[in-house]
Amino acid sequence: MSNILKIIFSAPLSAKFGMLVVLIYSIVAIFAPFIAPYGEREILGRAFELWSDKYLLGTDNLGRDMLSRMIFGARNTIGLALSITILAFLLGSLTGMIAAALGGWVDQILSRIVDVLMSIPSLIFALLILSIFGTSVPYLIATITVIDATRVYRLARATAMNVVVMDYVEVARVRGEKLGWVIRKEILPNITAPLLAEFGLRFCFVFLFISALSFLGLGLQPPAADWGSMVRDNATLITFEDMTPLLPAGAIALLTIAINFIVDWMLHKSSGLKDVS
Amino acid sequence: MIHILKIVAQRIALGLLTLFAISLIITFGVELLPGDLAEAILGQGATPETVKVFRTELGLDKPAHLRYLSWLYGMSTGDMGVSLANKREISELIGIRLSNTIFLGGFAAAISVPLALFLGILAALYRNTLYDRAVNTFTLTSISFPEFFVAYILIFFFAIKLGWFPGISNVSTNLSLGDKLYRSMLPAATLTLVVVAHMMRMTRAAIINLLASPYIEMVRLKGISPMKIILRHALPNALAPIVNVVAINLAYLVVGVVIVEVVFVYPGLGQLMVDSVSKRDIPVVQACSMIFASVYILLNLSADIISIVTNPRLLHPR
Repeated sequence: MSNILKIIFSAPLSAKFGMLVVLIYSIVAIFAPFIAPYGEREILGRAFELWSDKYLLGTDNLGRDMLSRMIFGARNTIGLALSITILAFLLGSLTGMIAAALGGWVDQILSRIVDVLMSIPSLIFALLILSIFGTSVPYLIATITVIDATRVYRLARATAMNVVVMDYVEVARVRGEKLGWVIRKEILPNITAPLLAEFGLRFCFVFLFISALSFLGLGLQPPAADWGSMVRDNATLITFEDMTPLLPAGAIALLTIAINFIVDWMLHKSSGLKDVS
Repeated sequence: MIHILKIVAQRIALGLLTLFAISLIITFGVELLPGDLAEAILGQGATPETVKVFRTELGLDKPAHLRYLSWLYGMSTGDMGVSLANKREISELIGIRLSNTIFLGGFAAAISVPLALFLGILAALYRNTLYDRAVNTFTLTSISFPEFFVAYILIFFFAIKLGWFPGISNVSTNLSLGDKLYRSMLPAATLTLVVVAHMMRMTRAAIINLLASPYIEMVRLKGISPMKIILRHALPNALAPIVNVVAINLAYLVVGVVIVEVVFVYPGLGQLMVDSVSKRDIPVVQACSMIFASVYILLNLSADIISIVTNPRLLHPR
């Protein structure tokens, strides 16, 4: 525990800032109902009220409290992005490791499927699928998970390829260990570090992607609060020199910057250690 | 020469194969829906007659492989069917919008590519200085910002506060070129900001990579100025990776254009696609996806081919 604290305190300012931002966002997201002054879907006053003591950031296009929606939006958007990233990592790394461990036609088929999926621009692919299945949350999750898992697959397969040629994997195989054992005990521990560093970047990608879809009106559907759709719904305010609609967009940007800072530091740290040894 | 032609031919074949696979996904995606597409779109209240009419319109009453073949034939002859929403010919809907989108993408590319190369070379020249670090920070911010955030910031300052450019780019065909450029200034600027940082970083990385090689060391020992080293000795060899990066980013522009068009209400293909997705106008979405995917693949393919053709090692095998 004290070791972890020591590492955190030795981080450069940018990474510390990043961790602080992530911490604040997580607290806001987890305790949203206790922090928010009003409910997520409560219609309180007139539409587009200005900033006041009652409504700190004014009200939105339907007269709901902007600040409360921002706070619940943190929960919805981050929660969704996080679960999709986790699912994508499970799917992508598992298939990637299987492809690397088995090789042969399994590897060929999986890799060619991933090649084709990756050659379609991800936004276009998502739009196509959503137009067929409609914009409901389960399909949204499934679509983005598949898109994101292809990228994870590439990384997991590439790193696992370096591991499967090692002697200890050969030994395990000769000893008669099953595929599951080889993946869990031999391959996975050796590719965890690069996968973890990738996790931050993938999360950013998913987070921005969901926000973009929501902004287009195809992500999380109302009345659920979501930062992307909040920008879209209140964009008209900008023409009246009001910055409020930029706040959710800024919140998105701030979180991605913070995570990038942390990932930068982690990558730098791991590559720096390699230089020494 | 035969050798390189073979590699290029292989790449082209691979590209065509990918296009074929994508066309399969686009048409057979409809099959993946559990239950019936017609009922899913028309909702619970649809009578059996309307469902039947809808099925014939989409060709759902025909077997899937026949539907695919007729769709493919239609796409290649320019007849993309009719829109479900307003019964207009899709080719008619797309025509003018496609040229608008290409205009916007081309405009953004014309600004961003030279700018990125220039800034990237400077960053390689003055690496590890304040300028380099500023470039680094700028890159990090620009990849972290959602496109619509950049777009609205630009609208806020340049359209609302200063009033220099219009915040809505209603481009139409009867405008002069100057007017068109003026009206699409802000969307093009947004796209530029989104892609320039990445291109610049890659340019910098490609040049710095080369600067570590022995022949550059030799030139440096001869006492030639850093600027000349980069322009005369490093840049020609870094061209292949840079061209690659440029093509990849142009491919990215093709997609980034969707969101930017929606923000600026620009009458382009992206806007049409997003509208059609929310209306679940599947034939239009299929046609748009196919166009976007083809452009994307063609750009990536040309990047591949250019980097093969300009690689001296492949030009003279052994």
